[in-house]
Amino acid sequence: MDLEVIVANLPLYVQGLWVTVQLVALALVAGLLLAVPLAILAASPNPAVQFLPKAYIYVMRGTPLLVQMYVIYFGLAQFDSVRESFLWPVLKEAYWCALLSFSLNTAGYTAEILRGAIQQTPFGEVEAGRACGMSRSVIYRRIILPSAFRRALPAYGNEVIFMLHGSAVAGVITIIDLFGAARIVNSRHFVPFDAFITAGLFYLALTFLIVGVFKVWEKRWFAHLNPREH
Amino acid sequence: MHEFLTSVFDGVLDGYFYPFILEGMLLTVQVALLSLLLALVLGLVTAVAKLSASRAARTVANVYTTVIRGIPDIVLMFIIFFGGQVMVNDFGVWLLDLSEAHDWPVKLGWEYIEISAFTAGVFTIGFIFGAYMGETFRGGIMAVPRGEIEAGHAFGMSRAQVFFRITFPASVRHALPGFGNNWLVLAKTTALVSVIGLEDMVYRAASAGGAVRKPFTFYLAVAVLYLVITAVSDVGIRWLNRRYSVGVRNA
Amino acid sequence: MRKPVLTLCTLVLTLAFGAAQAKEWKRIRIGVEGAYPPFSSVTTAGQLVGFDIDIALALCKQMGATCSLVKQDWDGIIPSLLARKYDAIIASMSITEERKKKVAFTKKYYSTPAKFARRKGSGIEISKAGLAGKTVGVQRATTHDNFITAEFGDTVEIKRYGTQDEAYLDAVAGRVDLLLADSVAMKDGFLDTDNGKDWEFVGPGYNDPKYFGEGAGIAIRQRDQDLVDKFNAAIDAIRSNGTYQKINAKYFDFDVYGE
Repeated sequence: MDLEVIVANLPLYVQGLWVTVQLVALALVAGLLLAVPLAILAASPNPAVQFLPKAYIYVMRGTPLLVQMYVIYFGLAQFDSVRESFLWPVLKEAYWCALLSFSLNTAGYTAEILRGAIQQTPFGEVEAGRACGMSRSVIYRRIILPSAFRRALPAYGNEVIFMLHGSAVAGVITIIDLFGAARIVNSRHFVPFDAFITAGLFYLALTFLIVGVFKVWEKRWFAHLNPREH
Repeated sequence: MHEFLTSVFDGVLDGYFYPFILEGMLLTVQVALLSLLLALVLGLVTAVAKLSASRAARTVANVYTTVIRGIPDIVLMFIIFFGGQVMVNDFGVWLLDLSEAHDWPVKLGWEYIEISAFTAGVFTIGFIFGAYMGETFRGGIMAVPRGEIEAGHAFGMSRAQVFFRITFPASVRHALPGFGNNWLVLAKTTALVSVIGLEDMVYRAASAGGAVRKPFTFYLAVAVLYLVITAVSDVGIRWLNRRYSVGVRNA
Repeated sequence: MRKPVLTLCTLVLTLAFGAAQAKEWKRIRIGVEGAYPPFSSVTTAGQLVGFDIDIALALCKQMGATCSLVKQDWDGIIPSLLARKYDAIIASMSITEERKKKVAFTKKYYSTPAKFARRKGSGIEISKAGLAGKTVGVQRATTHDNFITAEFGDTVEIKRYGTQDEAYLDAVAGRVDLLLADSVAMKDGFLDTDNGKDWEFVGPGYNDPKYFGEGAGIAIRQRDQDLVDKFNAAIDAIRSNGTYQKINAKYFDFDVYGE
């Protein structure tokens, strides 16, 4: 290991780390907000209502994130109407393109996780709500969604890690995230092994952190909701 | 067939689609299938190691799955593509120098072994998904009822016989859903090989789209081709599921 | 798949014949970039063409060696040389101190100044104040990247691209305000093309050796000093027998060799 080079470039890595964390956190929030309505619609018994959200989920899960990001970053610039629109100041920034594609992508995956969890809601819980005279929207808000969130938590933890790992493709479109920082260090000092392993260690640490946080959440927030052992 | 495809696809995408992009798709599928093969072998070895009595084997397997699943694919790919090449050849030259310096009767070592983008891509993806497959197979093996294994031992089968005749075949059904999922993720991961210069369909869409200034059209086409791969895989996985669930009553 | 078999054969062959054969340099593999017109690019038919390519082939002919060209992305071009993917790099690589720590260089085979380009009518001036807050596109880890990072890094936003072509594409898309690149490469590869018709040069030509080195040379592994000597002799030979001038005239209407 060429430690000297790595140490000299630590500020660059830390800057990259911050960009990665920002991108992932913002994408997860936006993705979750988008995923809840998508999941509710996709879980609907009505095929006409299901169709569009399900198609969206299928496309997002069926194509690589890299290609989705390319469509937005390189693709949209193909149209003059986009380049002249009010959206261009946002879309011309690689950062916002990456954030947009990450959000849309994680929304698809998260919606699928939530849809599964919603459809697994024990019917007794819904019946109990009805018996109490709750309206459909109240049943959703008070019973189905909280119960589904609890079931979805472990799978969602995996999705967060996938998003963290997926976010490395941002380094391909000029963004200096962790991976982008490693590419700069590699191409300046010609130390591929050291440069990318350092980035890898940062990602590994972030992954452990996420795993740890989700374990704590599962224990703390949802312990009282666990089914009672007989 | 060739004439038919030409007549259908020429003109679409400025004549670039056939065979330019479809050739890239062929490469994508090749990379995916070869790395799947590697991942299956590695996965099986990992699962067996994780369930073995040897503490050393368990530790190695655990480190492997934890590290691989903690680092992004694209970073691992760069480590193996750039770093692996340097390591392999430095080792070769080191051996060469050593055998020259000590006048060994047989000259060992090598100047250079090519690790092409193709090899690096297949090895990296296979290596990554070996870790995921390892977890899936471990789950599958653990789901095999103890009684079946004990029955094998009672028949006087050796441990290897029990594994290959009973445990492994019986675990397939339990591992299939996870396997299917891994395959779908693996197929999409192949898109990353375009970044290390392998001319898969993403790489080709980039060059064709750049040349005729229609990146949107070309990336969209590639997205559709990935959906085709996903859809075909879905059908295949469902078929496998049915085959391996023969004799299992559905609730 | 033939590749693993091929690798195995290479291994067996090198094991059998040892290293002695490689040292005669009868076969040389040359790394080129292929994304840097007019010096190095790939035609739609997949053919490598350009000034670098022609020079490489002329040098090989001069040395009486059989050459194969290996296309390699810029980011990995030095690591791949060190990894013995090829034996020499002919890719318009400037001879700089930082690179000399890792590789040996031949004498220069051409030298042209770097320049900024701006969108016509943008009125951007090249000065500390004029560049403040502007976005400049460069190819990552080039002399241009080093120069802009060191001289203007505190006032401009730098966008670094894997290839010069990607930088051009983003310039057309309007993602950068300025480009900094080799003046010749940018003129032929961008400004004179349909894509670059709205762009123009601005400011002086830069060739400060502190950043831009002594011109473009051929990079070779440090342990292969004999190959450096062979290439140097070949450069002198094609300069004096008129081959260089013929190639020069094919691409440029001025002397690309510089002072």
